[in-house]
Amino acid sequence: MTGYILKRLISAIPVLIGISIVVFLIMAMIPGDPATAILGSYATPENVAELNRDLGLDKPLVQRYFIWLSNLMQGDLGRSFNLNRPVLDEVLERFNATLILAGTSFVLCSVLGIAAGVISAARQYGIADKAITFAVLLGISIPSFFLGMMMILIFAVNLRWFPVSGMWPIYGTRDIWALIDHLTMPALALSVVATGVVARLSRSAMLEVLRQDFIRTARAKGVHERSIIWRHALRAAMVSIIPVLGIQAGFVLSGAVYIERVFQWPGIGQMLVDAILRRDILLVQGGVVFVAACYVLFNIIVDVAQSLLDPRIKT
Amino acid sequence: MSAFLKLLARNQLALAGLIVMGIVVVLALLTPLLPLADPDVTNTPARFTPPFSEGAWLGTDHLGRDLLSRLMWGTRLSLAVGFAAATIAATLGAAIGIISGFYGGRVDNIIMRFVDVLMAFPYILLALAIVAALGPGLMNALIAVAAVNIPFFARNIRGITVGIAHKEFVDAARLAGLSDAKIILTEILPNVLPVIVIAMSTTVGWMILETAGLSFLGLGSQPPQADLGSMLGEARNALITNPHTSIVPGVMILIIVMAINLLGDGVRDALDPRLKSGALNRPLPATLVARPAGYTAPAPDGEAVLQLAGLETQFHVGRRTYRAVGGVDLQISPGECVGLIGESGSGKSVTALSIMGLVASPPGKITGGSVFYKGQDLVGAPYERLRSLRGRRVAYIFQDPLATLHPLYTVGDQLIEAVRCHRNVPKSEARAHAIELLRAVRIPNAADRVDSYPHELSGGMRQRVGIAMALANDPEVIIADEPTTALDVTVQAQILTLLDDLRRDRGLAILFITHDFGVVAQLCDRVAVMYAGRIVEDGTVDDILAAPAHPYTKRLMACVPELGGGRRRLEAIPGLPPVVDNLPDGCAFADRCDKARDACRQGTIPLDPLGATRRVRCIDPELQEASA
Repeated sequence: MTGYILKRLISAIPVLIGISIVVFLIMAMIPGDPATAILGSYATPENVAELNRDLGLDKPLVQRYFIWLSNLMQGDLGRSFNLNRPVLDEVLERFNATLILAGTSFVLCSVLGIAAGVISAARQYGIADKAITFAVLLGISIPSFFLGMMMILIFAVNLRWFPVSGMWPIYGTRDIWALIDHLTMPALALSVVATGVVARLSRSAMLEVLRQDFIRTARAKGVHERSIIWRHALRAAMVSIIPVLGIQAGFVLSGAVYIERVFQWPGIGQMLVDAILRRDILLVQGGVVFVAACYVLFNIIVDVAQSLLDPRIKT
Repeated sequence: MSAFLKLLARNQLALAGLIVMGIVVVLALLTPLLPLADPDVTNTPARFTPPFSEGAWLGTDHLGRDLLSRLMWGTRLSLAVGFAAATIAATLGAAIGIISGFYGGRVDNIIMRFVDVLMAFPYILLALAIVAALGPGLMNALIAVAAVNIPFFARNIRGITVGIAHKEFVDAARLAGLSDAKIILTEILPNVLPVIVIAMSTTVGWMILETAGLSFLGLGSQPPQADLGSMLGEARNALITNPHTSIVPGVMILIIVMAINLLGDGVRDALDPRLKSGALNRPLPATLVARPAGYTAPAPDGEAVLQLAGLETQFHVGRRTYRAVGGVDLQISPGECVGLIGESGSGKSVTALSIMGLVASPPGKITGGSVFYKGQDLVGAPYERLRSLRGRRVAYIFQDPLATLHPLYTVGDQLIEAVRCHRNVPKSEARAHAIELLRAVRIPNAADRVDSYPHELSGGMRQRVGIAMALANDPEVIIADEPTTALDVTVQAQILTLLDDLRRDRGLAILFITHDFGVVAQLCDRVAVMYAGRIVEDGTVDDILAAPAHPYTKRLMACVPELGGGRRRLEAIPGLPPVVDNLPDGCAFADRCDKARDACRQGTIPLDPLGATRRVRCIDPELQEASA
């Protein structure tokens, strides 16, 4: 197992390098001069040239990439000129908030989605199946940002069950209850689409598995139907559900950008959008590279989970 | 194509999606011609007019602009951007995919590694990075959304192209001296085009949603121009005071995306052959029973441990009815081994599965007859009754143990479960019993093997595990459905010997299903020959082997090679067994029988006694015994 994890980690290196190249190239494509952007339109040419030299922008592209990469390896993502603090500090702080939000949503979408899919398959064409199928269709069709806004309107403004926005109360203690209070709505809104996708896939994976010969064998043994569904069929269906959970993790991480905006959640998505609007390029660059790398690592965890679940995968 | 459209139309939800989408598209196209207010004219005194007011059906927004007009223009813009992004992504993605798949080798490798890297990004993050580089704006948002979707198309289309690039017609085109470009355009493209269109139709909803999302964040369309996303984004500030400004564009996005999803689902379903054939139906815990009204079970035979009386099982697929089992009578006494023999498709397996209600249902259905276990009719018995008998009194051994054992549980776990679902014993005790069972079926190193997964065992070992599982609760009857067919001859012989020993040691009754007379001769006391869902002959093995009475039995026996039997020609039976959805009158074997005459094709031919212990369903049996 350790060998397998190591192998997967090594195989991720080319992908990580690829990601760094893509991000660097996209940022290098930016028309205009960062130095002019930083100094404003009244800067003298001498000032611009000096800043360019300071920023290392007068060097050739390839050299600049390697300088950037070696800084990156040392944890130096540069400095946000807008916030006037190291990019890494800001990214880590913001990513923490996103991780709480996206992580909760990921757990929600996995648990609810699989449960809904299994129930739907077990009662194929029954009332529960039809209700779930309809809810899933609605769930995957509603834009999460619109759903979030409607949730604010109903549950925060009208019913006053949850606070309207933010991660922490402005006054009062920052304990776990306060966090849950603020987290519930955004986490639910963010998980809806992913839950729908997971439920859909779980349903079809279950239906596929339920026709297999080993299910008939279990029935011939006299195994209870409940155990057939939740033990035999689900276990086998998980083999095709888990990779989709990996993809959903990416969707949840992406969708957080909208939900953070709607609920004023101080996460990395909010940070990126603000940084784009303020043209704080280094902050965008650092944030994107960091999140993408985390996602690659998360997918390795998914692969390892898959290999633990399926003894047929050679580790 | 027209069949596909018909199929699509039959799916009502997809049709609804198509109609809604059609209306939205037509309205969006007609927007410039409709008598609408100018969407960009502000009228601050009339800001936030509620919906259904005079002159503004949907009210006005924070600058007093007419919401209906803005909605129509916004929809037009959102649709246009979404379709444009989908078209760009599909075109470029398909081009990359085709080149990669067609040339293969190094080109393919480099392109696909690059695609992998792009797909390693969380989706929107890459779009954000591109917008960051190009700057906010609707055109840039469109480019970003298209760009992040290119890898998806490239990968899909490449997969299909690889399949096509090595087909004969492409080789032929190459030999004819056509240039690569010409081959791609005339041979490859027409074949991948349907896939491109379908992939586009299922992703266009996403693209509309994503561009709306970027606009919502303020990175897409810039004021005063507004698509649905930026309308929603601007309305967010007034969400609490004037929710209608948010609800109007939000609901519109919902309607569009839902219509596209319904349509996409319909397209997918229409193209999925498994849905039509019912291959995605979940089999119920027990086979459905639909015996004719007023059915009264015959009186059971007192001696038999298992008795089938007039058993009928059918499969209903679409409008066709397959009569897989058409009235089977069969008895098994305690300690007796009965063979059930026939070609594939003769209904022998379905007969076996019907006994404990294990025929997949839907589409299977028991439509008549009874199955008595010690005088009790199991057909129509409550599920819990069936379940308590399954594996405990009547156990099954199946063919191909790789498919019939759960691939993700150890054989030990599966044996322990077999024990524990009928007897409330602690796990450790069940495990000890599992090891004992493995020893009983002569698996070496049973204590180690108990923790193996099925894929770690050989075919013969797996079949032994299958037998051990059937023995787990000391059943009275074992139904063995071709347990040796998937094994090679030496292993087959070992398994048969094992079964025979177990049967004698434990007094088991066995129903042995096979297509091999050699196996029957080795193991069984009596044998029933099945053809097209009916028993055509039964009797003791010795009698039938000595002198088959039904022409089919005779032909079937001629198929068995005899060791040391000289240079006898192995005779295949000409023709195929009849399809059981449309059985002819009279004898089902008539079309393949040398002796068939007109009388063979009329009425129903009964299973008549022939001597004291035999029955045969033939008006002209091979042997005319005087004692009959």
